[in-house]
Amino acid sequence: MSNVRPITSQPIPSDDRAHEADHPSSLVAKFGMDQPLKLDCGVDLAPFQIAYQTYGQLNADRSNAILICHALTGDQHVNNTHPVTGKPGWWDTMVGTGRPIDPDKYFIICSNVIGGCMGSTGPASLNPATGKVWGLDFPIITIPDMVRAQAMLVDRLGITTLFCVVGGSMGGMQVLQWTAAYPERVFSTLAIACSTRHSAQNIAFHELGRQAVMADPDWRGGRYVDEDTHPHRGLAVARMAAHITYLSDAALHRKFGRRMQDRELPTFSFDADFQVESYLRYQGSSFVERFDANSYLYLTRAMDYFDIAADHNGVLAKAFAGIKTRFCVVSFTSDWLFPTSESRALVHALNASSARVSFAEIETDRGHDAFLLDVPEFLDISRAFLLAAGKARGLKGDGQS
Amino acid sequence: MSMQQTLPLPGVAPERTGGYRRDHLLVAEMVRPGSRVLDVGCGDGELLQLLESRGIDGRGIELSREGVNGCVAKGLAVVQGDADTDLVNYPDDAFDYVILSQTLQATRQPKVVLENLLRIGQRAIVSFPNFGFWKMRLQLLIGGHMPRTENLPASWYDTSNIHFCTIKDFVELCEQINVKMERAVALDLYGRPVPLNLPWWVWNMFGEQGVFLLSRGGKGK
Repeated sequence: MSNVRPITSQPIPSDDRAHEADHPSSLVAKFGMDQPLKLDCGVDLAPFQIAYQTYGQLNADRSNAILICHALTGDQHVNNTHPVTGKPGWWDTMVGTGRPIDPDKYFIICSNVIGGCMGSTGPASLNPATGKVWGLDFPIITIPDMVRAQAMLVDRLGITTLFCVVGGSMGGMQVLQWTAAYPERVFSTLAIACSTRHSAQNIAFHELGRQAVMADPDWRGGRYVDEDTHPHRGLAVARMAAHITYLSDAALHRKFGRRMQDRELPTFSFDADFQVESYLRYQGSSFVERFDANSYLYLTRAMDYFDIAADHNGVLAKAFAGIKTRFCVVSFTSDWLFPTSESRALVHALNASSARVSFAEIETDRGHDAFLLDVPEFLDISRAFLLAAGKARGLKGDGQS
Repeated sequence: MSMQQTLPLPGVAPERTGGYRRDHLLVAEMVRPGSRVLDVGCGDGELLQLLESRGIDGRGIELSREGVNGCVAKGLAVVQGDADTDLVNYPDDAFDYVILSQTLQATRQPKVVLENLLRIGQRAIVSFPNFGFWKMRLQLLIGGHMPRTENLPASWYDTSNIHFCTIKDFVELCEQINVKMERAVALDLYGRPVPLNLPWWVWNMFGEQGVFLLSRGGKGK
């Protein structure tokens, strides 16, 4: 068995990643002791900071701001080279000149969520009270907490009403939370591949990922930074399992089938004979270079706790009663993580609330990740929705193309 | 649903006035300004656009992806859905009017759909192709074939229209389920109203489609 390789052959102590947690290559909004973030768990978090990126210019009447909410493992680097990985922005298909969310037309904001590891305060940040990394001393955060922090940032930027709040997956949860918590501050929303509550199956997958991290001896009860280790194997396994849920059977078959990796015959070992294995190992090992393991625990937990209806006596429609926001809800046929049925339940509730909602299910075999990929029909719908909303909002240049 | 809504199919073009189809204008005229309307099977949103231009708050349901995409591009609030399965999810009295244009014959349960229309809306506006139209009758009587017309060109084996009825049949259904007919208009092949003063059998013979404004109640059972 000499050819058995672990998922990553050696620890990757990413100094860049650790540095980004407190000193991000981004704009930073700092909130002092006088402006605590009131968390759902009862803790007042102060001081704290939000790392964010902006693209484009805010217009004179401050009516063209679009807030993008990132997904579980995303960050604020929507449309610029990533400071740790050197890769292009994570939503280059949607955001950019000539794209549906065009910085030539809109003022685009994306912030790292609270609890994240790319510069907003989270478990990887230094706890000013101890001078050490927060680790598991960091309070549990929720999707509403993330949105509350974003609202403080938007206030700081002097914006009363956002033209649109956009996001997919966990980002879509934040979009829906925005409309439930601040309906008058959101003119329109684009909620993609998401749900108003996390399903039992999704909680189960998250628990699998968390257990993988915590089972790694290098996790050290969450104190791995103090002990100069990192649970890279556990986190990589968590990422591999999660990554499967972002794809689909058809997409895996099309992309890899049963093809072998750099060989023609099986090696009769546990080496990565199949391309799909090699691909997953790569996904796992590249993820640990840029992501903090504790942050992964906190953010998956936040998604698990999400249930908008629970805050409204179990009646989802009450969350959106009387709302004026224009909704566009999009799902993908092959998404089994946030299936179309979840989006339909949301649409039914919005209909029952007399909300102005459009809903489209996009045919694709690319699974949950489709929202990040070049899926023309999805991008066309997004563009059309934003154009029509811009026209209703009276944005210059809209409704003419 | 889009198949029916995107009439005209090859052959006949409904007459247009001011850029709008005659049958759409007739429907729009039946809707009080300022009201809330749900268009079931709204196709590419042409009727919804007309309604919104008249200050009506419109929503749509459409089965086809192309239809939904086209509607969203026009700034219309349209959701992808099916008249047979999705109407149950709308609350009672959610709308002033629910419109079902050229779609009834493509539903699996026309009676249930009709009942749902008048549960969701105070009023319903229903239009459908009349199988009592003389051309249809003639084809079955003389040709011995299932009828096909300019507006309904599909063969029996590939049509999505599974529940055809005549104007007379529809009137009987309305009476059976206690639906009040506030207004009824028959349109000819070009979308022009058949003169009002003619008897029912003429409508049933020369109307290519029937358009009905319905409300709850009526004669009682």
